[in-house]
Amino acid sequence: MSLLSGAQDRFILGDNAFGLRPDLSLVASMIEPESRLLDVGCGDGALLEFLVKARGCDGRGMELSQAGVNACVARGLPVVQGDADRHLVDYPDDTFDYVVLSHTLQAVYNPRAVLREMLRIADTAIVSILNYGHWKARWSVMTRGRMPHTRALSQPWFETANIRPCTLRDFLDLARIERLDVGRAYGIAKEREVTTIKRGFEGQSNLFAEQAVLKLLRPEEPKKKRRGRRSR
Amino acid sequence: MTLAGRAVHEIQESLPGPRVVLGHGAPMTLESGAVLGPVTVAYRTWGALNDARSNAILICHALTGDQYAVGAHPITGKPGWWELMVGPGKPIDTDRFHVICPNCLGGCMGTTGPAAADPETGDLYGMSFPVITIRDMVEVQARLLDQLGIEKVMCVIGGSMGGMQVLEWVARHGDRVVSAVPIAGAARHSAQNIAFHEVSRQAIMADPDWRGGFYYREGKRPESGLSVARMAAHITYLSEPALWRKFGRSLQDRYAKSFGFGADFQVESYLRHQGASFVERFDANAYLYITRAMDYFDLVAEFDGDLANAWKDTGTRFLLVSFTSDWLFPTSESKEVVRSLNRAGANVSFVEIESDKGHDAFLLDEPDLFATTGGFLDSVARELEI
Repeated sequence: MSLLSGAQDRFILGDNAFGLRPDLSLVASMIEPESRLLDVGCGDGALLEFLVKARGCDGRGMELSQAGVNACVARGLPVVQGDADRHLVDYPDDTFDYVVLSHTLQAVYNPRAVLREMLRIADTAIVSILNYGHWKARWSVMTRGRMPHTRALSQPWFETANIRPCTLRDFLDLARIERLDVGRAYGIAKEREVTTIKRGFEGQSNLFAEQAVLKLLRPEEPKKKRRGRRSR
Repeated sequence: MTLAGRAVHEIQESLPGPRVVLGHGAPMTLESGAVLGPVTVAYRTWGALNDARSNAILICHALTGDQYAVGAHPITGKPGWWELMVGPGKPIDTDRFHVICPNCLGGCMGTTGPAAADPETGDLYGMSFPVITIRDMVEVQARLLDQLGIEKVMCVIGGSMGGMQVLEWVARHGDRVVSAVPIAGAARHSAQNIAFHEVSRQAIMADPDWRGGFYYREGKRPESGLSVARMAAHITYLSEPALWRKFGRSLQDRYAKSFGFGADFQVESYLRHQGASFVERFDANAYLYITRAMDYFDLVAEFDGDLANAWKDTGTRFLLVSFTSDWLFPTSESKEVVRSLNRAGANVSFVEIESDKGHDAFLLDEPDLFATTGGFLDSVARELEI
């Protein structure tokens, strides 16, 4: 199934046969079929179901809300109730090929520790973030003098789940500090206009991407000492 | 009809429902090494077994439960203990599944236990009944399924002690279990729970009418001991918020404290009623043996200190459920099992349901429990094309 119309730098996400949200179909395109993966914050299981049923993946989910877990279990998906901050430690090293965290990293209390845990239990993480560096967000702050209010960032500060807002550049800085390799990375505007984020042109993406989806790879050598409990 | 005033085994023999006798000529060797033979198992079924024999669900009951999960209880006349979960259109849908619920080994509702007669001698077992374990209970259930011609069950499900049996089932006979739903269970009985059981047992054994366990022939029963045992245990099934909501500090049928030791408080009166009604339907020795079986349960030790060994290469799908206010089988116990299943790479779902009703929540009206269980069973059934 071709989610992406070619390998060019810009493309439009098409509708997914499974009715997957466009950004999730982009995430799905970054995952090898038949791989093992954990979808953290899997919601009602839409992405997980697609990967398991259409791509033959051995997929597991983690979700905080009772309604989400119920929906997943009813779909026949193996999902445990838990949150990224506290429950990734329950998995042994290298349990999965991928850990997916879509629109969740900015909602956790300790994103840095969560990133480390993700890359302990899998060697590849797929992360999507909202970009507070988008030009409309900047314009919004500058002209209104208040926290950005745009189509992509529509929640007021006292209600948003994203307690750790960051720009694309901020996120790339963290990846650098953590010595993570950034693999494929895409910026998304207007929910389906995708641009490849290129080395040396991050500033441009930081201006024009409303969301970003990034593939992060565990640093090869030397193995960093990892925080967090080992599985018991 | 109550157990009082009549020989327990006579009543047992008159209880409705099918029973089979297992182990004719091939007595069972128990986990303790003791040999027990022939064993009668009383059970009930609901819903039809399909032609492929693939739609069977085995229900394992809790400590004081029995095979009467659905329908009026033959002794108390009260509704079955899992009416909310089992029935046409319910999560365990008897229009779609063939549901089997046996009385556990050591029980007092028709399955062989201390109140039954030893078929060899005709004498009642009493305390000469061997100490049994959760594994022994599961072995008896496995033999029952053999007898019924059911090779594989689509699900084994149960709460509390039933949850322990579910785990033991997968650990011992995983190839016969398509899916497993342990609710408010644990892989081993905690120190605190053993302690509570010991209080209950001491209450029974301190009753002069217990007579070393050989009270059956004398027309006596340790009613006050068993009643206290039930009262103590019943507290552990609830929670302070549930007790407070129901009773608070309200007085029972009086306007002021009596400055005496009658049941001033509603909660006292409630507990006394629980104790008194329990002795009408339960045998004191059965209570001793079954609590002991739970105390001995330690699946972690059985598998060399790592529970993941119990699930090696398992193909069984799991759904674990716990309740926030359950302090008898708290969420941490279920999570330990979930972690071990993750280590073994098993297919596991887990939910912790928000409830202030304590351990008993698994028997009560908990819509999230029904939604999760129903959805899970439906997905298992669809995979099996049932």
